[in-house]
Amino acid sequence: MTDMYRELIIEHSKYPHNAGTLEQPTVTREESNPLCGDRIKIDFAIESGIITDIRFTGRGCAISQAATSLLTDEIKGKTLDEVRALTKDDVLDLIGIPLGNNPVRLKCALLPLKAVKAGVYAYLGQQIEDEDEDEFV
Amino acid sequence: MTILSQFDLVSLRREFPILQQEVHGRPLAFLDSGASSQKPQRVIRALADYYERTNANVHRGVYQLSEQATLAFEQARGKVATFIGARSPREVVFTRNTTEAINLVAQAWGGANLRPGDRILLTVMEHHSNLVPWQMVAQRTGAVIDYLGIDGEGRLVLDDLDQKLQGVKIVALTQQSNVLGTITPVREIAARAHVAGALVLVDGAQSVPHMPVDVQELGIDFLAFSGHKMCGPTGIGVLWGRRAVLEVMPPFLGGGSMIRTVTLAGSTYADIPARFEAGTPAIGEAIGLGVAIDFLNDVGMARIHAHEHMLTAYALERLNAIHGLTLYGPPSADARGGAVSFTLDGVHPHDIAAILDGEGVAVRAGHHCCQPLHDLLDVSATARASFYLYNTTEEIDRLAVGLEKAHRLFA
Repeated sequence: MTDMYRELIIEHSKYPHNAGTLEQPTVTREESNPLCGDRIKIDFAIESGIITDIRFTGRGCAISQAATSLLTDEIKGKTLDEVRALTKDDVLDLIGIPLGNNPVRLKCALLPLKAVKAGVYAYLGQQIEDEDEDEFV
Repeated sequence: MTILSQFDLVSLRREFPILQQEVHGRPLAFLDSGASSQKPQRVIRALADYYERTNANVHRGVYQLSEQATLAFEQARGKVATFIGARSPREVVFTRNTTEAINLVAQAWGGANLRPGDRILLTVMEHHSNLVPWQMVAQRTGAVIDYLGIDGEGRLVLDDLDQKLQGVKIVALTQQSNVLGTITPVREIAARAHVAGALVLVDGAQSVPHMPVDVQELGIDFLAFSGHKMCGPTGIGVLWGRRAVLEVMPPFLGGGSMIRTVTLAGSTYADIPARFEAGTPAIGEAIGLGVAIDFLNDVGMARIHAHEHMLTAYALERLNAIHGLTLYGPPSADARGGAVSFTLDGVHPHDIAAILDGEGVAVRAGHHCCQPLHDLLDVSATARASFYLYNTTEEIDRLAVGLEKAHRLFA
């Protein structure tokens, strides 16, 4: 537990980076976790295949809020291909807490990745790929 | 009647093997019995005994094992009947759980009796299990659902009850809210519902394990409850129905055991309760439930209720003193049972539960299968501590200390 609530997580959940909305998002994606009612809505600004800006709103536990804060920081300035290549382990590395054996909290941590990928795929007009889908099961 | 003494509690806790363990290096404080209770050794042993010595399919077998299994299974039915004041064991239908029991009534009784425009009266604090089955049958039959509301302290508003009862065919309500802990005035509502010509189904999932419940005294028509919340195994639940009502109900599921005769042209159905028990039942689990009832009777339901009342009053007092904590439901322990839901400013319920877990304190976080109620309370989720006969004031102290820690962490 003390591992889970490291200072980084507490700080990012209390003062999340990239909180808010974009005035003219290129694409917006909302995802929720029906288990706990967490809900995250992400606005993307995309220019020439690069995520130039990103904002999010939503409610959720400290893990999902902090993961969203950290992940949005991470993908700002990245290309769509780089974002598509992000994996579950990338998010776990970012938040730096061991959740591998905690499937319930893993869902909290991966909610923003799900929203980010779904947003990118929606922008590209593609269905989310099977192997990506599996990560969120 | 005395409440459980410290001495009683120590020896009672010793009967629950699972309570002897540590979680994250702390003794387990299990405060989630509202979701599922722990099991005493004698229930666990009854399951093993059944499978080691008696296992055979019930009814129709003419060999000794099957006769023994049938006898034990039917004795369990008798124990259930006595436990809730049923007139006859025939009024006791074994189901998988409360959910299946309510679905049975909604589908079998509702399917046969509800007509377009007929009304079903529920309350806004029902568990999804006493909500969704009615929405499904309403959609099928054209019946209309109305809801009794609650006041700011989580009590049912009954001012407009008689008005709301007009045209109602069935009232289905919880006897104790799994979120707010509110104990509802079932007897009064049932009496007024009957005057209006409606049947009354009570969701007893949170009441039957925790207080003396007598179906005659309540004057109701159906009672649904689960074995696993009352020290019994999972996979076994009960629908009690008033005999005259059950006898004219069509079957729920079709299959073995529920028939009288089957031909290729059609079938006729068995008498109650077999009519509602298609297929091989959960035999060992029913026997285990019977043993759980023996156990609860040995402790005494009135004592269990008094013990939980004491714990609830203590918890309300301790939690009320925590800065930033909001309690939901009746403020006095007199009007409620031992399910205490709360939120803590700045800490999501999920995080509350995770931080408490680190202290060895098990509570639940989420909407507790009551999404409409949480919408009404205007919160996405709550954390809930729920108590049972084996819980102690020390465990509530640890809950309070853990909550203070969570508050500090996020302050």
